[in-house]
Amino acid sequence: MSMQTFAQKALAKSAGLQNVSIGSTVDARPDRILSHDNTAAISTIFNQFGLENVLQPEKLVVTLDHAAPPPTPIHARNHAEVRKFVTRNNIEHFFEIGRGICHQVISEEALILPGQLIIGADSHTTHFGWLGAFGAGVGRTEIAALWATGELWMRVPNSISVKLTGQLNSGVTTKDLCLHLIGQVSSDGGLYASIEFSGESISQLSIDSRTVIPNMMAELGAKNAYLPPDKQVFEWLANKLKHRLSVEAISKLAIYPDKGATYLEVIEIDLEKLEPQVAAPHQVDNVQPISVVAGKQVDQVFIGTCTNGRLEDIAIAAEILKGQKLATGTRMIIIPASSQILHSAVDLGYISILLDAGATLGTPGCGPCMGNHLGVPAAGETCLSTGNRNFRGRMGEPDAEIYLASPAVAAATALTGAITDPRSLEVS
Amino acid sequence: MKFSGQIWKYGDDINTDVIFPGKYTYTLRDPKEMGKHALEDLDPEFASNVQNGDIIFAGKNFGNGSSREQAVVCLKEAGVSAVVAISFARIWYRNAINNGLPAIICPEAVIAAVHGKHATVNIEGRVINIQDKTYSFPPFSETATEILKYGSLIIYIQKKLADIGNSKLAS
Repeated sequence: MSMQTFAQKALAKSAGLQNVSIGSTVDARPDRILSHDNTAAISTIFNQFGLENVLQPEKLVVTLDHAAPPPTPIHARNHAEVRKFVTRNNIEHFFEIGRGICHQVISEEALILPGQLIIGADSHTTHFGWLGAFGAGVGRTEIAALWATGELWMRVPNSISVKLTGQLNSGVTTKDLCLHLIGQVSSDGGLYASIEFSGESISQLSIDSRTVIPNMMAELGAKNAYLPPDKQVFEWLANKLKHRLSVEAISKLAIYPDKGATYLEVIEIDLEKLEPQVAAPHQVDNVQPISVVAGKQVDQVFIGTCTNGRLEDIAIAAEILKGQKLATGTRMIIIPASSQILHSAVDLGYISILLDAGATLGTPGCGPCMGNHLGVPAAGETCLSTGNRNFRGRMGEPDAEIYLASPAVAAATALTGAITDPRSLEVS
Repeated sequence: MKFSGQIWKYGDDINTDVIFPGKYTYTLRDPKEMGKHALEDLDPEFASNVQNGDIIFAGKNFGNGSSREQAVVCLKEAGVSAVVAISFARIWYRNAINNGLPAIICPEAVIAAVHGKHATVNIEGRVINIQDKTYSFPPFSETATEILKYGSLIIYIQKKLADIGNSKLAS
């Protein structure tokens, strides 16, 4: 048997096979099936199959996060339909408005574990690679088909190896790492591929910092992304499970690629050499070092989303804005990715600091990221967001400009009113 | 399956937000309505002028971004019969096949395609004709061919479930 990538091993396991070759097609049986506000639309498709109920209700996870709480009666009706579906099918893992964004909530609830497969009706399902799971997004009809059959055909992808060395300097984050990589290889540089990270640097990264990486790999066109899970990950999950599973039991589920596995490409990145990066309008791969875009006036700063709405991100903002005021003419919206994060941010005093600085707060959820919920920019305005996409019209207004950056750049920008290198604040 | 229509030519990285804006994802349910917003933030002229059978030709990574299936449904409802591109984003590609919209990889045809000119596509023959030139494209995978044959993943699954039901009855 030849040496295997993570993707080969994970998909073989999900299909109940000993080993699979790259390029072959398998019938995968996911451990979890994710949907959110789109659950109502998926249930309409599911109804066309003529089945009473979903096959494996225990595998489903449903969160209300994309327009939560509902801003219009139409959105409210959508949520009402989701609740009806959830009740009828006895969906145990259902999370109401305000609990948070699907990827963060499923992580916090430890509903997916290392080596498992999760398929979601959401393109950022790549997220779950942070804990060593295989996560991939599909469309609504395929989720309906999964509810009916429990199976999905998947091609075993090629893998790209990304080796990380060194450590991030102060003021530089894993968001900068991701933007740098996307800028280097472009928005289709990982098309159909499994992006498999490795290197000693990973064990130095906090859990919050790690989650950013596979989440952003969706913007490379990746099928999934993977970070090798370590003790820090196993302990985090065991805590979330209140030790119903031991650290050791969780660690036994982990899958690691073989040394000598076949990679389409090997990319090496020295974290020490990175500086803050910004994706300029209207493509995620239009990446510039911060020095090129510094000084650009910004009307709105948004810290949130499944990419960068975690406690560490809010902490960085509070550290930069402590005892300060937002620049005149610049507003700031903070949306924690989950209720647990919001709770901690309140307890630790971060929210008070940010409110005192002049920021405002949204309900945990996706917020204005995709133009569905509160906090969208006006025509002619510029928004600097910690989110993952800056496509024209993404936040609802085609004539607005969106810049993507790290929470550190976002907070520094809110302070000065123009795109600012957070490292310049440390010097002064 | 044979299609014939006018060429709508676009560039690289035509993402799902410009094909079908996210702000409509939970408010528009009628496929016909979705069609009226197709490519709204890229080419406001498209939805009102596209004719049944027309074919989109685009560069690399067509359909990158969101998993929203409306980014396929809106094009189909607008009348688009096929999309030919240098490459496709993976979720958009699956969604296209699952909705019976042929997504064809043929870089040579994309290079030759001229906006507003006429093209024909022959799925079984695996050829595209533009003016007097012919361009061939690779076969679809076995599963994609099956789904395209049935017309959609919904019908394909209905058939699969019926087969399972019949085999249970027989045993």
